[in-house]
Amino acid sequence: MTRMKPVDVVLVGFGWTGAIIGMELVDTGLKILALERGAYRDTSPDFTYPHNADELAYGIRGELFQPLARETVTIRHNLNETAVPYRQYGSFLLGNNVGGAGIHWNGQHYRPSPEDLEFHSHISKRYGQKFMPEDMQIQDYGVTYDELEPFLDQFEYLCGTSGRAGNLNGEIKDGGNPFEGVRKREYPNPPVADNYGAKLFADAARSKGYKPFPQPSSNASRPYTNPHGVRLGPCNLCGYCERFGCFMYSKASPQTTILPVLMRKPNFELRTNSHVIKINLDSSGKRATGVTYIDAQGQQVEQPADLVIVSAFQMHNVRLMLMSGIGAPYDPKTGKGVIGKNYAYQMMSNVNVFFDKDVAINPFIGAGSGGNQIIDEFNSDHFDHGPHGFVGGGYILGGQTGGRPIQQLLVPPGTPAWGEKWKRAAKDSYLHTTGVQSHGSVMAYRDRYLDLDPTYKDAFGLPLLRITFDWHDNEYKMTQFLTDRAQEIADAMKPRQTSQTIRKPGGHYDVRQYQTTHTTGGVIQGTSPETSALNRFQQNWDVHNVFVTGASAFPQNLGYNPTGLIGGLTYMSVKAIRETYLKNPGPLVQA
Amino acid sequence: MTSKPRSPSRRDFLRQSLVAVPAVSLLGTSAIAQTQSSTAATPAAAATATKYTPRYFTAPEWDFLQAAVERLIPPNEDGPSAVEAGVPEFLDRQMEAAYGHGGLWYMQGPFVPDAPATLGYQLRYTPREFYRKGIASVDSWCQKQHNQKFSALPAEQRDAILHQMEKGEIQLDDIPAVAFFTQLLANTKEGYFADPMYGGNRQMGGWKMIGFPGARADYADWIEQPGKVYPFGPVSIEGAKS
Repeated sequence: MTRMKPVDVVLVGFGWTGAIIGMELVDTGLKILALERGAYRDTSPDFTYPHNADELAYGIRGELFQPLARETVTIRHNLNETAVPYRQYGSFLLGNNVGGAGIHWNGQHYRPSPEDLEFHSHISKRYGQKFMPEDMQIQDYGVTYDELEPFLDQFEYLCGTSGRAGNLNGEIKDGGNPFEGVRKREYPNPPVADNYGAKLFADAARSKGYKPFPQPSSNASRPYTNPHGVRLGPCNLCGYCERFGCFMYSKASPQTTILPVLMRKPNFELRTNSHVIKINLDSSGKRATGVTYIDAQGQQVEQPADLVIVSAFQMHNVRLMLMSGIGAPYDPKTGKGVIGKNYAYQMMSNVNVFFDKDVAINPFIGAGSGGNQIIDEFNSDHFDHGPHGFVGGGYILGGQTGGRPIQQLLVPPGTPAWGEKWKRAAKDSYLHTTGVQSHGSVMAYRDRYLDLDPTYKDAFGLPLLRITFDWHDNEYKMTQFLTDRAQEIADAMKPRQTSQTIRKPGGHYDVRQYQTTHTTGGVIQGTSPETSALNRFQQNWDVHNVFVTGASAFPQNLGYNPTGLIGGLTYMSVKAIRETYLKNPGPLVQA
Repeated sequence: MTSKPRSPSRRDFLRQSLVAVPAVSLLGTSAIAQTQSSTAATPAAAATATKYTPRYFTAPEWDFLQAAVERLIPPNEDGPSAVEAGVPEFLDRQMEAAYGHGGLWYMQGPFVPDAPATLGYQLRYTPREFYRKGIASVDSWCQKQHNQKFSALPAEQRDAILHQMEKGEIQLDDIPAVAFFTQLLANTKEGYFADPMYGGNRQMGGWKMIGFPGARADYADWIEQPGKVYPFGPVSIEGAKS
């Protein structure tokens, strides 16, 4: 095996968190190497207009996604089923290449509610331990909102997030989210103007007594220069956002916020086509010596490093930890072990809102996040859950991200899927339809977890990650409650007709329907090595020179999109590395 | 990943399309007029439809596709039919792409075709194989039931068979009828609405029917005018305009 020259820090995966860590450590002068299994990619030439406006290539065939032909995951609903491969994209969309899912996200950029971070403590205190079903195993992050606030802020200012504060230093501001945690300063940019569907939603929501606000968006509403001196341009609402790169330099991504600066630093190196398959440990098993990867020629290469940052997508982080034998694999029968524990997801519902021909929605006018309106009354613990008998919640969104006809064309309920009636309905509805969506949390449960599949392999012959997941009653109750509220608002919009997509008890997790790419857990952070894989700084409890960033650290999933929280946790972690760990390498929290 | 036709340079695009936009509006062909006028195929388009020679599909398969997609999106005054829009050509060209060869799907066994439907596609067939098997199975079923190939049956009977496939009421030899129907319908709508450079959506007829502006992708001026009808017709990636 080839052995490369040692480096100080190796980053496994070069998306959002890898780029943040690289940038925050580069001024220490340490030799930093990012190993990325995909290729290099940049706005030009990869996401340029007009090629980017290609729904088939990007939206449907998934040009920016991880090629499933080479590696996928397997899925089963419960412990007794045999898992089968996720052969085609549906439920979630794995990223690929430099920038990862940070390229094809929508820019929906949220902070967690303060109670989300101390969820177990909070729920136990307010409702009592018995309020949670016995097999629900939610936990605290080991980090409070106040501790995290500067880092959430740092990530928003990196991204040029557009929005309106609802709680500025304790003062509740009109037009912002009144339920959010304290914000020390305004968003770096004002909100993107509302699309028409969002405007109708906000008016209806206000008539029901709710407090709608613009969705916080990392689609820049105006030209913006971030603290690294990298400039973003204003979003033009092109309607090609989620599943697409951004040709306008408006959507925050590693490419539009960090890479133009980081790539020029002499002590930083990016090595693409380098697929890490193992973190190597010394004979004590307590210290990592570096990683092994497969290079572009298919050869195994050993890369020694003093510090290993696992910064790939959530699922890949879990798989790499399992393949490296770091931390005890989780056992759903005993509830013991930590790697693979607490896999969670999100649960969505939709109310499609059909208007008559005098209401011009123009659904193709859409940003990934900017221009939509939100209500947050039913997220986190913003309301008394006591009478409702479930834990968690979500936000309700009005508006649309685009009107791409293969994926986003909606026809009224009762319309056949084809034939003359479908054709007439498509023609009559397209310009006059918008949506109200609920975006709900999913709790962690004893029998929902990740491990290595015993049968199926990737292109290198290595085991695929296996997901064992299905919905629990708590989530069915949550989504019914949220969808009822969404329907009330949709009705108040006075449409001609509405239709619902909702998951109901008796059904199963259906991998064919896209919901979100917000898969979480498996290498969770927390307060004790008995119940978590990482401490509050995302440092592995057992092997102190391994840190694992990203949504794999979430102990359960929240009702918000995860990227804002991922960025905040990464900035907190890398500050601890820079200011404490590097001076005296060792555990940052004593077990 | 997918083999994507490359189009002319941005400079060409700007010259052909964006510069031409004011001319479109000056001529008064507003979106309302465009979307409400008949967009049924012109004789010229129909002529083009017959010219394409399939590379993957055999002559009997080609007959089947024309006869099937024409029922999924039939001709009428609302807009082009699937055949008028070039959907069969789109399908044939997709079969030659990485997609058709199964290059975008995880195709390692073991295959568990009787896994719960909610766990997604679990058949061993790539799209090329799936169409080959599927068409042969439907034709063989029609031959047994009606002594005719699918394409030789009258429109009402084809509709009835497609309905039965959709509901899983037909047992085909090699493949589940529902799965084949689902695949055919999804690809047909792709061909009807994808950019014309892929061979379907001829003259952007699918887009014109619903009022989608295609690759315009620039609405900064329109967000502040909520509810106002967008006046421009579609443009394509290669710079075609309406």
